[in-house]
Amino acid sequence: MDAIVLQILNGLDKGSAYALIALGLTLIFGTLGVVNFAHGALFMIGAFCAVTMQRLLSLSHTVIDPTQTDFLGNPLQTKVPYLASVFGAEGATSLIAWSVPLSIILVIPVMLFVGWAMERGLIKHFYKRPHADQILVTFGLAIVLQEIIRAVYGANPIQSPAPPMFSGSVDLGTYIGFQANAVVYPIWRLVYFGFSAIIIAAVFAFLQFTTFGMVVRAGMADRETVGMLGIDIDKRFTLMFGLAAAVAGLAGAMYAPIVSPNYHMGMDFLVLSFVVVVVGGMGSLPGAVLAGFMLGILQGFASMNEVKAILPGIDQIVIYLVAIIILLTRPRGLMGRAGVMED
Amino acid sequence: MSKSNFSRRGVLKTGAVTGAGLMLPTYLRAENHTGFTNAPTGDTVTFGFNVPQTGPYAEEGLDELRAQELAVEHLNGIGDGGMLNTFSQKNLDGTGILGKKVGFVTGDTQTKSDVARAAAQSMIQKDGCIMINGGSSSGVAVAVQGLCQDAGVIFMAGLTHSNDTTGKDRKANGFRHFFNAYMSAAALAPVLEKAYGTDRKAYHLTADYTWGWTQQESMAAATEAMGWETTQNVLTPVGAGDFSSYIAPVLNSGADILVLNHYGGDMVNSLTQAVQFGLKDKMVNGKQFEIIVPLYSELMAKGAGSNIEGVYGSMNWNWQLQDEGTKAFVKSFGEKYGFPPSNAAHTCYVQTLLYADAVARAGSFNPCAVVEALEDFEFDGMGNGQTLYRGSDHQCFKDVLVMEGVASTSGNANMVGYDTLKIVEETLRAQVEYAEDHPMFAGGALGDCNPGA
Amino acid sequence: MLGLTRKDFTLLLVVVALTLLAPIILNPFPVSSSLGQSFNAGYPALLQRFAIFGILVIGFNILFGLTGYLSFGHAAFLGVGSYAAVWMFKLLSYNIVPAILLSVIVAGLFSIVIGYVSLRRSGIYFSILTLAFAQMSYALAYSVLTPLTNGETGLQVYASDPQILAGAGAPSAPHFFGLPMASSTTLNMGGWAFTFEVGYYLCALMLIAAFYLSIRIFRSPFGMMLRAIKSNQTRMNYTGLNTKPYMLWAFIISGMYAGLAGGLLAAMDPLTGAERMYWTASGEIVVMAILGGVGTLIGPIVGSGVIKYLENIVSKINENVLHQWFGALPDPIENGLIWLVHPFVGEGWHLTLGLLFMVVVIFLPGGLVQGGQRLAALFNRKSGTVTAADRDAARQKSAE
Repeated sequence: MDAIVLQILNGLDKGSAYALIALGLTLIFGTLGVVNFAHGALFMIGAFCAVTMQRLLSLSHTVIDPTQTDFLGNPLQTKVPYLASVFGAEGATSLIAWSVPLSIILVIPVMLFVGWAMERGLIKHFYKRPHADQILVTFGLAIVLQEIIRAVYGANPIQSPAPPMFSGSVDLGTYIGFQANAVVYPIWRLVYFGFSAIIIAAVFAFLQFTTFGMVVRAGMADRETVGMLGIDIDKRFTLMFGLAAAVAGLAGAMYAPIVSPNYHMGMDFLVLSFVVVVVGGMGSLPGAVLAGFMLGILQGFASMNEVKAILPGIDQIVIYLVAIIILLTRPRGLMGRAGVMED
Repeated sequence: MSKSNFSRRGVLKTGAVTGAGLMLPTYLRAENHTGFTNAPTGDTVTFGFNVPQTGPYAEEGLDELRAQELAVEHLNGIGDGGMLNTFSQKNLDGTGILGKKVGFVTGDTQTKSDVARAAAQSMIQKDGCIMINGGSSSGVAVAVQGLCQDAGVIFMAGLTHSNDTTGKDRKANGFRHFFNAYMSAAALAPVLEKAYGTDRKAYHLTADYTWGWTQQESMAAATEAMGWETTQNVLTPVGAGDFSSYIAPVLNSGADILVLNHYGGDMVNSLTQAVQFGLKDKMVNGKQFEIIVPLYSELMAKGAGSNIEGVYGSMNWNWQLQDEGTKAFVKSFGEKYGFPPSNAAHTCYVQTLLYADAVARAGSFNPCAVVEALEDFEFDGMGNGQTLYRGSDHQCFKDVLVMEGVASTSGNANMVGYDTLKIVEETLRAQVEYAEDHPMFAGGALGDCNPGA
Repeated sequence: MLGLTRKDFTLLLVVVALTLLAPIILNPFPVSSSLGQSFNAGYPALLQRFAIFGILVIGFNILFGLTGYLSFGHAAFLGVGSYAAVWMFKLLSYNIVPAILLSVIVAGLFSIVIGYVSLRRSGIYFSILTLAFAQMSYALAYSVLTPLTNGETGLQVYASDPQILAGAGAPSAPHFFGLPMASSTTLNMGGWAFTFEVGYYLCALMLIAAFYLSIRIFRSPFGMMLRAIKSNQTRMNYTGLNTKPYMLWAFIISGMYAGLAGGLLAAMDPLTGAERMYWTASGEIVVMAILGGVGTLIGPIVGSGVIKYLENIVSKINENVLHQWFGALPDPIENGLIWLVHPFVGEGWHLTLGLLFMVVVIFLPGGLVQGGQRLAALFNRKSGTVTAADRDAARQKSAE
């Protein structure tokens, strides 16, 4: 029982990341009709915003300490963060430790800008082009973005720890009647799940309850009519692109303590998130979220030793297997609309 | 057919003839000139450095490349000579090899067997390389080793830790300086016994491919021999990123040790996540829960940051060793690049020198002469003390280092990974040696050395 | 001639000439020159890959170019074909004939199954289904199916394998009834050296055959039917026509092409690994097709050639080579140029690939072939002649 609870938690956690990426993909697809293969790269850039925040906070000046020597026997050069002169050494350390949550203030403007620049600079010219061209040009962009990140940050994963307050684990089991150590779960993963839930809720609320969102939804349903009503739908859609990029970026930045950012993480997530979107049904926001959580939880269950003992290797293929089954039984995924991306 | 031989390669390629029933590649046949592939005829000899420059192991590959370039400089008499000054053999004097200057070409393996073989083929067929060196994965090493065997050039494997490289898949033209999974386990076991006792239950998470399996098999065998129990071995997909579904059940499984048979980015993630799940600070069965990472590298340690504190693992070599060879190498590498060399860099550097020395001793670039010179060759002064290239499987035997992750001693961010690993034991060579027909290495045959043409 | 129109026949002749003379054409610089060491691509291993990936993408183009169905799992057939071929080497002998035959058959069977299931959906749903099948094949081949595939190490022939048809003294490398694939002859002319290898010419002949077959398919009623499906499948269905069998045949033919390519890869180099089936390998096939020009006859060969060239030649240009190139210049200029060029070569070759790809998709939706046509048109306006490729593209346009 405790094992199942744990895997549900894991699934919710994995599912949060899938759902956030899939949500952004669907937003872009639903509003602009563009298939964005660079969305994984946006997630990756978000994660590297967290790394950048860490680097910014620890920007330092070099102090030569003649009493100590480095490994070559030269006088030791130690780096002292500029922050230390403002907040003191301890204050600087604890501030740097908070770089992941703090990076949110960096992620939002950066991602809005990246999204805006992508849409205005590139995607705009592809509205009338076939979906295949959109896939390809964004795929090319994804390669370019990831190579730039590699050139700047290297190929090694970069540790970006959660703040000390959230970095331990909590024995959840004791709250719900299990014995001690039965359901121990990292705090940051719970934070991540909560954070994702808030973002997802915010996006839905935004679309559901604001005039802006209403127009966007109308545009998703019938772009031409909305245009004829004299509404500049394009401008709103540009903003939606920025919003989707910001959602992916936030998902990436907050994910940094869970999986250390590396330059190819975007590609790793891309394929999975596309499967998620398609299983959810192209163009359906609730579908994307539902499929994200569902596949996450199924993957958790498939990784259980008891399941693997019967079906070895099932954990490596379960997502694809489920995708095939769903697409064969439900032609447009869980909640897809007819006629979308079927030609 | 023209017979003019203006160029170096022109000579090599003169008049090769197609022949039915010929068993060897003849494209670089140099009839009655030399009798082996890519015999250097001009005033240079070309090495091929085939390392991952893109993909997950790119950093490691680039570090290998740095060391290889340094080795070439030392062979050509540029710089301070590094380990040439401490090497027990004195045949190399900085004038190249057998009077020929050393040149090199580089290739990108992408850590994919197909690409690595394509790159190696290009080095052999196009650039006239006589030796291929480098690589950062066992699959690639085995693939390229097989290719070099068929083409008739020498392969000096880079970072490859699977037992198979000099076991099931050993080849006469291939040599491995790096240690292997069996040796890691043999070196770790006594230290683990001392630290954690004999009554422990180990839970293994294993990367689901050949290296992971041999690593797990070796660790299980070595720890079970001292009384530990292996409660569970769970295979995990390579590149999973998030290992939480595999780590979550560990704490409640009754095990009190977690062995992470992962490497590279997978290890960084699985260790970080295991620490997040609180494994390092729990008590199970009345004992402190512990994590073990059998194979360490500086770059992994760098990626895992403070999570490696108190975690044991093993290494082929470390820059903190205090022998003369190590000091000389660290000095020349450090002065050129500004940070210490990794153990992958060390292996590739040493192998380049060892190859050069073997050629000098043999007096010929002929692969078969080189093989003969390297087989059962005993040397010192390259770190790790007295070292032997065993003739029967081309595996190097030397002292193995047991490492423990510690808090950074210098507090310097650039040294994370380098000074966050501490040498706790230099396990003597005798302790990690095994019979060449050991079951974990059985099933392979070196075959005959192949000089190519 | 050969059942082709004169224009198509001319195109075929061009391809035949280019493939047969490739060992010469691709070695434009003297071997020992700096340019030759950097840019010559006429060595057997790479020539083989040009031909093999040409075959693969020609096959992919029959599916994607004619029907518009984007398979994102095509590498699976390549991998399956390679595994089949190596198993033939292990069980029978190093003779490539049974190996290549079986690889085509196995890939064909595999594509019947995957095609039958995947073709029940269209558009992106089809793409994701093919992707899912390929990823499952990859994951299983890498781990669980190791007894069959030898996992990460890759399937290869060991001395202990049965090889029941191999007599004593049989070649220990792939051969065609005793003629080893690796045997070759070298022609030296001044500073140039041209190597002609049996293996490459086998691939070249296969490529020519594959290309010929693809022209025939493009021009056949079957090809017309596929184009009709591409332009409007619903309408085809309304006319009472069952489009399924046509689609399935296109998928199978395309899969068999990939199987042939896989078999040839194994015949040239008898080792195969699971990563041949990974989704990035499938993505690479799509990239090659688009880069060359989808739906054109010659595009696939161009696209695969460019990518393989980048991967094998540009990735080898390291800082040392750059220093050689610019060594004659004054130091500041030399360093400046190296600083400028270095990010795009060597380990940065992916960046070049990504940029090239974006440029092509943005400015040349018809791929590099279209770029060539535009250039040709520029000259043709003066001379008044139209190339075969141009007309081919024009016909493609009108057909779409």
